[in-house]
Amino acid sequence: MKQQDFEMQHEALWQRMERLLTALDNQRKTKQSQPTGDMGAFPQYYRQICHHLALARERQYATYLIDRLDRLVLDGHQHLYQARGFFLSQTLRFIGGGFPALVRAEARLFWLSFALLYLPALLMGIALQYAPQMVYTMLDHHSLVSIEGMYNPGAAHIGRERQSDGDFLMFGYYIKNNIGISFQTFAGGLLYGLGSIFYLVYNGLILGTVAGHLTRIGYGTTFYPFVVGHGAFELTAIVLSGMAGLKMGLALLSPGNKTRLNALREAAQISIRIVYGVVGMLLIAAFLEAFWSSSQAIAPAVKYAVGALLWLSVAAYFLFMGRNRAA
Amino acid sequence: MLDTYRAIETPEGVELRLRAAGPVVRSLAWMIDLLIRGGVYIVLAIVLSKLGKFGWGLLLVGLFLIEWFYPVLFEVYRHGVTPGKRAMGLCVVNDDGTPVGWSASMIRNLLRYVDFLPVLYGFGLISMLLHPDFKRLGDIAAGTRVVYRDAKTKAAAIPAVPARPPHFTLNLEEQRAVINFAERSRELSPERMEELADIAFPNSENQRNSGISQLHATANWLLGKKN
Repeated sequence: MKQQDFEMQHEALWQRMERLLTALDNQRKTKQSQPTGDMGAFPQYYRQICHHLALARERQYATYLIDRLDRLVLDGHQHLYQARGFFLSQTLRFIGGGFPALVRAEARLFWLSFALLYLPALLMGIALQYAPQMVYTMLDHHSLVSIEGMYNPGAAHIGRERQSDGDFLMFGYYIKNNIGISFQTFAGGLLYGLGSIFYLVYNGLILGTVAGHLTRIGYGTTFYPFVVGHGAFELTAIVLSGMAGLKMGLALLSPGNKTRLNALREAAQISIRIVYGVVGMLLIAAFLEAFWSSSQAIAPAVKYAVGALLWLSVAAYFLFMGRNRAA
Repeated sequence: MLDTYRAIETPEGVELRLRAAGPVVRSLAWMIDLLIRGGVYIVLAIVLSKLGKFGWGLLLVGLFLIEWFYPVLFEVYRHGVTPGKRAMGLCVVNDDGTPVGWSASMIRNLLRYVDFLPVLYGFGLISMLLHPDFKRLGDIAAGTRVVYRDAKTKAAAIPAVPARPPHFTLNLEEQRAVINFAERSRELSPERMEELADIAFPNSENQRNSGISQLHATANWLLGKKN
């Protein structure tokens, strides 16, 4: 068939398809869900145009025609095969069991990541009791003074100094800072896990230094009540983002019977879901840290009690939620 | 066919052709996005600073969201196109040519941090230069690629010469060549056209332009133009 006959014969269909594609784009923008006009014929049109494209290529029709059909097929393909999500129900199911089940499935990586954060912290904390000058290996004099100032039991404010309207400012600060750190810990895993290991150990050392130093100089009475509450979420979240990063690193190091590329891709799909959970946990942590931990109207005993409860709930959540679901 | 084309077969058995975008256009798109984000930061800072500490808190949350989620939101809700990519005619798609979803977009944009190491997308650039589809590390892990969104190609006007069948049978490749020649008649200089026509009709040197118009007539015939 000559090209111009071909064009004449099918022009009407192509134009209908073009109109449908524009309508679909508009529908997406206006969130309309009712099919309009001949939307039902979309898959049929699409398959016909796929056929036309194949014919046009085979018969070596002009480039502009092939390009036009190519565009139609590409756009149609994008509409026909896009994954539609059910955002709310998926999110609820994820929180209600998917997330802890995901973490339990990678229990060994969790404990590895756990050890990479807490072992350096513990060793550093103990070492500081015997060799106080080691504090300067991690912190310079200036930051040390500012940390001591924050948790001085004699000071008017505990934590970073502020008035009550500063609570929200700190909320913003914790969000930007902590979630940023956890994203970096996760992303670093792509470098064969090294980045995740680095951030876990580094954060562990900082944690150990601050806690160890403040304990030694007797500021523990203000420091521990402050951190115990949000720590349950924040520290666990850092461990989890490290774990998500290590999973990617491990996929590269030991891909099993897949290619490294496929192993990485599959691991990343799982890791990113853990990161979703981590973001949720850090939001809770930032909220607690800004509005609960810093409050001075609450007695340390209450903070310890609530803190213990929070730690237990986090542990129970990851241990027990989503067990009955067939994974 | 240029080797930046990647053919992807759809379930209908048709090949989609995607043209991978290289580091230069992609960094230009990134810079445009950077400028836009910078502008938003400044506007936000001016407006929110009037609200005191509460405003600064909001600003920090805003900075965090824009820093990490600006590309994600555009890629998920605008068919894989951030404003910078739109300006450069690019878009992000999954490896199989389907639109990117939340997971893929989150993976490629969070891993951007590693691509940025050690300075200014060092790893990302190395990865792009080594990868046949110009993928940075985030693209590799997410299974996505950045491709050109081809602009519409207009039908090229072929000189209106009465259609005439060729004197001998042309095979497909020759037909293609003749049509291409006619389609490009506006872009080629007369001298170059003559040169090319001389290849087809080596004996027509004494009659200027006859070779050219013969080729145009053949092209019209091949396309099925009625006189």
